[in-house]
Amino acid sequence: MKTIYTRPKSLKPAPFHYCPGCGHSIIHRLICEIIDEMDLQGKIICIPPAGCAVLAYNYFDIDVCESAHGRGCAVATGMKRAAPDKIIFTYQGDGDMAAIGTAETLHAANRGEKITSIFVNNAVYGMTGGQMAPTTLLGQKTSTSPYGRNPDVEGHPLKITELIGTLPGAAYVTRTSLATPAKIMATKKAIKKALEAQMAGLGYSLVEVLSPCPTNWKVSSKDAFRYLEETMEKEYPIGVLKDITAKKKDS
Amino acid sequence: MDKKVLMKGTDALAEAAIQAGCRCYFGYPITPQNEIPEYMSRRMPEVGGVFLQGESEVASINMVLGAAATGARAMTSSSSPGISLKQEGLSFLAALELPAVIVNINRGGPGLGNIAPSQGDYYQATRGGGHGDYRMPVYAPASVQELYDITMNTFDVADIYRTPVMILGDGMMGQIVEPIIAHEYHKPEDELSPKDYILDGAQGRPSRIIKSLILDVRDMEEHNWKLKRKYDLMKQKLPQWEEFMTHDAKMNIVAYGTAARIAKGAVKRARSEGLKVGLFRPITLWPFPDEAIITIAKKSKLFLVFEMSTGQMIDDVRLAVQGKIPCEFYGRPGGIVPAPQELARIIERHWIQKEL
Repeated sequence: MKTIYTRPKSLKPAPFHYCPGCGHSIIHRLICEIIDEMDLQGKIICIPPAGCAVLAYNYFDIDVCESAHGRGCAVATGMKRAAPDKIIFTYQGDGDMAAIGTAETLHAANRGEKITSIFVNNAVYGMTGGQMAPTTLLGQKTSTSPYGRNPDVEGHPLKITELIGTLPGAAYVTRTSLATPAKIMATKKAIKKALEAQMAGLGYSLVEVLSPCPTNWKVSSKDAFRYLEETMEKEYPIGVLKDITAKKKDS
Repeated sequence: MDKKVLMKGTDALAEAAIQAGCRCYFGYPITPQNEIPEYMSRRMPEVGGVFLQGESEVASINMVLGAAATGARAMTSSSSPGISLKQEGLSFLAALELPAVIVNINRGGPGLGNIAPSQGDYYQATRGGGHGDYRMPVYAPASVQELYDITMNTFDVADIYRTPVMILGDGMMGQIVEPIIAHEYHKPEDELSPKDYILDGAQGRPSRIIKSLILDVRDMEEHNWKLKRKYDLMKQKLPQWEEFMTHDAKMNIVAYGTAARIAKGAVKRARSEGLKVGLFRPITLWPFPDEAIITIAKKSKLFLVFEMSTGQMIDDVRLAVQGKIPCEFYGRPGGIVPAPQELARIIERHWIQKEL
């Protein structure tokens, strides 16, 4: 009998605690598949965020170091500078990456730190109960923007991935989505490429993954995936924002 | 060969760190400690180490945390407002049980304050500073030689107890130039166990987790008690102090760091006038040398606590002495560095008033 689907070796046999329809479990699995395929279990280190995915270490069977909210890229910088032969990635949410950790993220990218960030954007603060995030859409209702996000009061959605795409230190910057199986496979490809960019020493790499949060969006899982494709992707177009990997290969 | 050299405080501190095997320095400029990152930026490339100017104090302490998680000896330095920003990182280092050395060259405050020598950060340094139930060893050197020796020792203490350790000085300590014996570093191999907690990739071993999120309250309580047992051990092993002319003193000055240097001058003046005055100088501010100070209290009639603040360490002196003898206070906050003559006059006044 041919095995066509199995649990990745680097994914612990533990049931995910994430809500039904949440994107974290999908992304976790993709990461572990890549770790297996690239044989990275013995040299990769993850820095999870403060947020729902802080418990990533319950699932990733690799070395993991927790960080304070938003400080992932600073912790990763210290690690990579001290141990340049290791592969370091941060796993961060929108609040972690683009609100409290904006400075750490932008400066790590600008220095061209040879680290990778997986940035999970679901436009809300999931763990704390669905408050407004820097990436919350205009008009979107959250528990701290009950009348809908108003640009005159709360400002516009912050597109940190676009910002990072302008920085010379960034090697590979892209935005993907989990809206369809094809897009999930594209997400996997992007994460793999981001890690390869790090291993080639090209600089900072970032994959923003648009991900559903049905619980805090207060919709069904099915509707969440539709919202992701029809609404989220309008505000946050998927696609590559910067890629120097091909150029470096040519030269 | 141990050679005698003339060194500035900040340089002695930075060089001692490098000699002790510190190969990762992360910091953000702030006066009056800029000589430390500047020295490190020159020296680290020479020894194959890492110097990186972070985008903030917050980032710098978290870079230290990341480096420590890989097993490196790492440090940062700053001054009062910058140390406030590092408190989040200090709490995490304590919780994660990661070793690191943090230097605070204390300046006048609160707020932006000024850049003059001050001791206003005693509470922040010795009472945790960051959130949560933790303690942190704090060393207060009072000479360039001591800056050199203590800095080397703090890296060992940090590794032995897996804890952040603070060196608390001020602009005077940093700027002063003195001859020192720049001796070699001797690693206390018998006290240092292998770092079996570090993250270097799960190669041929189970994966490791360094974390402080402990949602189960019973587990969190146990973690707090585990830390407490470690702090109790530090209280037994770490207290350091210096006594100067305390053997027959009826009155003892209690002072640390720069204030203790001033106090030593004042004690000499008082002695030249026949007053039996001594000096008790805590070198570790946490753990506070309680037992040593009680012994002194039993032999004398009055303590005069002298600080370059409105009075912070006096709380620890009073807690230790437990009302056995009176503890008076004299302080000059805000960056004022009084001359020994000024303190000598205060000593004389108390001597006469208390009819010693």
